[in-house]
Amino acid sequence: MHAETPAEATTTERKTAALAAFKDLAHEPGVPKPDPILVVDNVVRRFGGLTAVEVGHLEIQRGSITALIGPNGAGKTTFFNQLTGFDTADSGSWTFNGRAMNGVPAHKVARAGMVRTFQLTKALSRLTVLENMRLGAQRQLGESFWRALLPFLWSRQEVQITMQAYDLLTRFKLDAKLDDFAGSLSGGQRKLLEMARALMVRPELVMLDEPMAGVNPALTQSLLGHVKDLREQGMTVLFVEHDMDMVRDISDWVIVMAQGAVIAEGPPGTIMSDERVVDAYLGAHHDAPLSESDLESQLHEAEEALEAEIEEETQK
Amino acid sequence: MDWITIISTTLKSAVGVETVLYGVAAIGLNVHFGYTGLLNFGQAAFMGVAGYGLAVTVTVMGLPFWVGIGVGLVAAVLLALLMGIPTLHLRADYLAIVTIAGAEIVRLIFRSVAFKDVFGGSDGQRGFSNGFYAINPFEHFFTARQYGFNLGPVPLFFSPRQTWVIFVGWVLIALACGVVFLLMRSPWGRVLKAIREDEDAVRSLGKSVFSYKMQSLVLGGVIGSLGGFIYGLAYASVQPDVFGTETTFYMYTMVILGGAARVFGPVIGSMLFWVLLVLVYGVLAEAVGAGYITFMDVNQVGALRWILVGLGLILLLIFRPQGIFGDKREIAIDAR
Ligand SMILES: Nc1ncnc2c1ncn2[C@@H]1O[C@H](COP(=O)(O)OP(=O)(O)OP(=O)(O)O)[C@@H](O)[C@H]1O
Ligand SMILES: [Mg+2]
Repeated sequence: MHAETPAEATTTERKTAALAAFKDLAHEPGVPKPDPILVVDNVVRRFGGLTAVEVGHLEIQRGSITALIGPNGAGKTTFFNQLTGFDTADSGSWTFNGRAMNGVPAHKVARAGMVRTFQLTKALSRLTVLENMRLGAQRQLGESFWRALLPFLWSRQEVQITMQAYDLLTRFKLDAKLDDFAGSLSGGQRKLLEMARALMVRPELVMLDEPMAGVNPALTQSLLGHVKDLREQGMTVLFVEHDMDMVRDISDWVIVMAQGAVIAEGPPGTIMSDERVVDAYLGAHHDAPLSESDLESQLHEAEEALEAEIEEETQK
Repeated sequence: MDWITIISTTLKSAVGVETVLYGVAAIGLNVHFGYTGLLNFGQAAFMGVAGYGLAVTVTVMGLPFWVGIGVGLVAAVLLALLMGIPTLHLRADYLAIVTIAGAEIVRLIFRSVAFKDVFGGSDGQRGFSNGFYAINPFEHFFTARQYGFNLGPVPLFFSPRQTWVIFVGWVLIALACGVVFLLMRSPWGRVLKAIREDEDAVRSLGKSVFSYKMQSLVLGGVIGSLGGFIYGLAYASVQPDVFGTETTFYMYTMVILGGAARVFGPVIGSMLFWVLLVLVYGVLAEAVGAGYITFMDVNQVGALRWILVGLGLILLLIFRPQGIFGDKREIAIDAR
């Protein structure tokens, strides 16, 4: 009990610190943050005639959980691809921790501390869960050809890496699957593995592309816990998600993209009532409910409208 | 039917010159294809540049034997760089196309009229293996006329020269297997296997995929070049057409037969391949000679056995795609 109290104290501290940073910010796209870890300027990516991404200015606050939302095809994944070096932007520049990152190849981006996961999970099927995890560790002595031939040079580090992997797998409830091939995991378990593997890199900024998609509700709750946990450990999280209930639950700040551009930013509580956001979503989604509470209010509205109509009819 | 001869040649082929030289080159191919997922269809070219590197250095330039070995190894490394630099950034299929074309270019240069003075045209080169046999302990240290033993009524003997080649060949196989074993259980090998599964995932974890694929191509190419040396020394000659595309295909058969991504897979594969080939040939040829088979003559037996090899490979891929040593679970995942 006593051991938990200070941990809880820092929990609220981190959360309050993050929220305090956002408190007085304008709800405008590209609003400057007090301590940005990632600063993006004029990133453009075109596919033929289609402009998939056209982001003017954007800053991500350090130590926060920022959600990136937007209708299907808004350009969220493409934007991730530009930032992490998996695709080459037509133009634009961005800095991570003040270091220019445009044109840097993907593996160097990861080494710099900016690690992403994929919307379509990339488990390394014919490697075991443990080997998947070990692969994520950085600066491995045994990854150089000549040293690899001399196991005594890297075996101690391998033990450390294995322990780190084991800790993470336990946290993600995958420790029972240690020696299974990753290809034999279920879709949700693969999502968990990919997230855990990304954490093996010990990143500063974690970019998660729909980490909850296809994960069952019970598991989602624990995943949400893990994501919050990342902030507690001092990491910055940027994640893409469609489920607004989830976004509301864990994020400190929300960025909305539509048709390639950032159209709004704001706190999760009020962002969905922003006119620009409503327009963007309704344009794309034709009244699709975004969460249960939205569904209810939409039902209410529809009922009221119907009642009014019936009343009108009867009055005639 | 002369069963004694059939059994003798078959058993000898299990450890013989062909088994050794294809086996070692297939170990290299296994590094590419089995562990890294690189579709290299030009493994024969690595053997070719090594064999010719040795031959030309010794016969044309008149330099010592060991210099020739060095030139062959350097040539294999250069070939790997040459084929890898433009293609390893691209998707796997492109490496397949470039290696198959690259290997043909190499073979056609070796047999071209323009370079006949250097490479000897379609006749190839000979007379470069004296340095190798000059240090043959089975000739100059031990003095037996032949080496081997009788297995019951079946004589299993090799000449001193054959014994020396086979001995060196198996030492090289042991070394290559040892290196592959050490590497593939290290973090270095882990990166290679991960690249085989998904390059982007490996990139996202901070590893330079291009660099590792290049290292794999060079390593497998250098191991493959050992097969080229063994060929040249065993037959005391090299000819361009030995290093054609079908040589690479035999090696693929061996790798799959033994089990891809297994340390001893290619060696067992090579042994089985040659044992079956020699056995089928021996039995059919004897049966034709003795009049048991009448619908073909002895000359057609050679062609028929290759048809049977093709049929065997097809059946193997259908009924046991993981090969002898492979893990069925892995294949089940892969075919998902
Ligand atoms: N490689 C490509 N070639 C051509 N067009 C592409 C390519 N990748 C993405 N696009 C287009 O860019 C736009 C943005 O796609 P993107 O995948 O970034 O959307 P998203 O916001 O991640 O959507 P979702 O929420 O459905 O994942 C889409 O219109 C898509 O068709
Ligand atoms: Mg997407």
